[in-house]
Amino acid sequence: MMEKMIFGRFIPGDSFVHKMDPRAKLVFVFAFILVVFIANNIPTYIALVVVTFFVIALSRIRLYFLINGLKPVMILMVFTFLIHVFFTKGGTVLIDWGIFNIQEEGVKQGIFISIRFLVLVFMTSILTLTTSPISITDGLETLLNPLKKIKVPVHELALMMSIALRFIPTLMDETDKIMKAQMARGSDVTSGTIKERLKAVVPLLIPLFVSAFKRAEDLATAMEVRGYRGGEGRTRYRQLKWSMRDTYALLLLVLFAVGLYYFRTTK
Amino acid sequence: MDIELQKVSYSYAKGTPFEKAALFGVDLMIESGKYHAIIGHTGSGKSTVLQHLNALLKPSEGIVKIGDEMIEAGKKNKKLRQVRQHIGIVFQFPEHQLFEETVLKDIAFGPMNFGVSEEEAYARAHEVIKTVGLDDSILQKSPFDLSGGQMRRVAIAGVLAMKPDVIVLDEPTAGLDPRGRHNIMELFSKLQKDHNLTMILVTHSMEDAARYADDLTIMHDGKSVLRGMPREIFKDVDKLAQYRLKVPHVVAFQMRLEQRLGSKLAKLCLTEEDLVDEIARAAKKVREES
Amino acid sequence: MNNILTLNNIIFSYEVDQPEVKNAVEDVSFTVTEGEWIAIVGHNGSGKSTIARIINGLLFPQSGDVTVFGKLMNEDNLWSIRTELGMVFQNPDNQFVGATVQDDVAFALENNGVPYEDMVARVHQSLAQVKMEQFLNHEPQHLSGGQKQRVAIAGALALRPKLLILDEATSMLDPQGRQEVLDIVRKLRDDTGLTVLSITHDLEEAILADRILFMNQGRKFAEGQPSEIFALGDELVELGLDLPFSMKMAKMLQEKGIQLDGTHMSDEELVENLWISNFKK
Repeated sequence: MMEKMIFGRFIPGDSFVHKMDPRAKLVFVFAFILVVFIANNIPTYIALVVVTFFVIALSRIRLYFLINGLKPVMILMVFTFLIHVFFTKGGTVLIDWGIFNIQEEGVKQGIFISIRFLVLVFMTSILTLTTSPISITDGLETLLNPLKKIKVPVHELALMMSIALRFIPTLMDETDKIMKAQMARGSDVTSGTIKERLKAVVPLLIPLFVSAFKRAEDLATAMEVRGYRGGEGRTRYRQLKWSMRDTYALLLLVLFAVGLYYFRTTK
Repeated sequence: MDIELQKVSYSYAKGTPFEKAALFGVDLMIESGKYHAIIGHTGSGKSTVLQHLNALLKPSEGIVKIGDEMIEAGKKNKKLRQVRQHIGIVFQFPEHQLFEETVLKDIAFGPMNFGVSEEEAYARAHEVIKTVGLDDSILQKSPFDLSGGQMRRVAIAGVLAMKPDVIVLDEPTAGLDPRGRHNIMELFSKLQKDHNLTMILVTHSMEDAARYADDLTIMHDGKSVLRGMPREIFKDVDKLAQYRLKVPHVVAFQMRLEQRLGSKLAKLCLTEEDLVDEIARAAKKVREES
Repeated sequence: MNNILTLNNIIFSYEVDQPEVKNAVEDVSFTVTEGEWIAIVGHNGSGKSTIARIINGLLFPQSGDVTVFGKLMNEDNLWSIRTELGMVFQNPDNQFVGATVQDDVAFALENNGVPYEDMVARVHQSLAQVKMEQFLNHEPQHLSGGQKQRVAIAGALALRPKLLILDEATSMLDPQGRQEVLDIVRKLRDDTGLTVLSITHDLEEAILADRILFMNQGRKFAEGQPSEIFALGDELVELGLDLPFSMKMAKMLQEKGIQLDGTHMSDEELVENLWISNFKK
């Protein structure tokens, strides 16, 4: 069941995108999210799609993983597409069957919105597919470092996140084991009526909590013994290396944004 | 109830790029009323086989027969619950499945899921708590207030209360101290003999397999590679070594002794007691000859 | 011989306000000298793990004191003392802090502010010592239990401790994993003279030690070389432990009336003794 979760799972590799500094990738993706909103006509949207596929090609990620990432947002995408098709008015009337009144502008906006979804999901998926969760955490920690000045516990948050990431597989495994143990005792969350399934949740959750607390306690002890006393005076083993590649990538994005702005329709 | 695996293959995360094959055409025959052991080192596929014995996993290919029920790749079987009722599994670290407020309720949980009345389930709890060697008074306690060893026994009691015909044991003594280990293994052995149960021990302990099992299956790299009586299988040190397994300590000791003596003892011994008898006999013979 | 560690009349109770509850550790004293391997054995609940926690300052005894490298342990020097004590716990999963093998080994170094270049060298060196240098970027879920424990040992070694404490570090492993870990510890000791304190109920592990401390119900029941401890025979079994194979066999053979002389610390020795006393013509 759990093993089928693919969305956003890190796929190791050594492409241009894999080798980029996580900070550069994070900045790139956040900036790209803003840049997407510059596009407002057919040429600019085509440019967005071209750039996105260029990045996909650079990352050498199989399209399969990206399409998979689309699945959770598919319904939302189709829904917004239809809303626009039916309710955005303007331009030539394409179909007019009483309440079914579809106009050119509606179809256009619907397609634009869908493209926007598509490129955003693809870009963020590329981020998570080419960057290990721990690198993302490192990147975020460094980027957010200035917030320490206003007493945001950046180091602690980053550590919490990295430990959470580290324990996800362990806890998934544990969940699977407990689920199987209770299934063998006749209590199954994966089948039966809704009432039966709800009843089967407690025998799953309680042991899971008990074990998670035990793990947390053990981990805290192990960390203390190994000299962990908070972020003060700590050095970092994971070093981030900014290279020319990262500068280029961000510069290109700036150029692209300027270009998009130039070609967008202004009224 | 016989359990049979015919050419069973299984892959985790089937149909995704993360697909990982774990079993390749495994054949396994578990005859009713016997004590079986399935042996292999970590990663040999023995835990995946274990989950097929109770339909917790369905084969990707092949057939699993549990009693009269057939579980086949790609086919639905609505009687999985009934199947599971007859097969109790004591998982590794079974105390991790405890969750109820009291030991009594926890033990009654399994039987009641399978439709046993509360009254009957509680009566069974009083019975099985003695079987596992704990005091009746423990039934009213919270399972989380017990010692590790007691929790293990309570969890085992919870499986016994389902009155299964087949009990599957997955490294039931992991993490226990020597006395605890010995007691638990003796408990299962006695249960098996007294009630003529089918016992399936999944383990990497050659010692336990040698001492208790009537029948052995060796797993290696997702395949069932050897099957037979312990005495036969443990004869062949080289073959076991291929599967990264060692013969039990007793057997290794006997072989070392035979090498020193330059002659074989009358039979291959699987327990220390046996070997001591055999040595005594051989020594007596030597004394009489001289 | 330098004393690495001294425990003096340690008394510890988890329930100080409930005098009717037995103390977890009752008046225990012992000394560990440099370069030795000492094993603390006892059944589950005998107080042996509590002792490990007291040595590391995770618990403070109600009475008695702990001296590490001549320094009396107190709240102030606790953290500096911990850098000299490496510790490996029972559950391989619950002590793996880093995202990958190398990150985990570096964890203690980071905590102690070791500069980056120095860290890289030490991480590689420690991993080589436990033969895990091939696994630098592996994530814990792709390692076996034995491999995880070896990484934990490397993590402890990275700080170059004077004493390595193994707190039931092999009890959750399969036979193969246990062998891996014990082989590594034995090799470390032979190569570097590392002082080892192992807490265990596995007597096959304890027999590797130079000295055994046998705990029962919070008290030190016996102390001595393995041969002396195992000579206790039935007493050990009564207190929930098993004899190593060769000694168990020897005892059973003697009970059967078979003549045996000398010690039987290993299978080889027992076979030889059996041969000499009974079969040699």
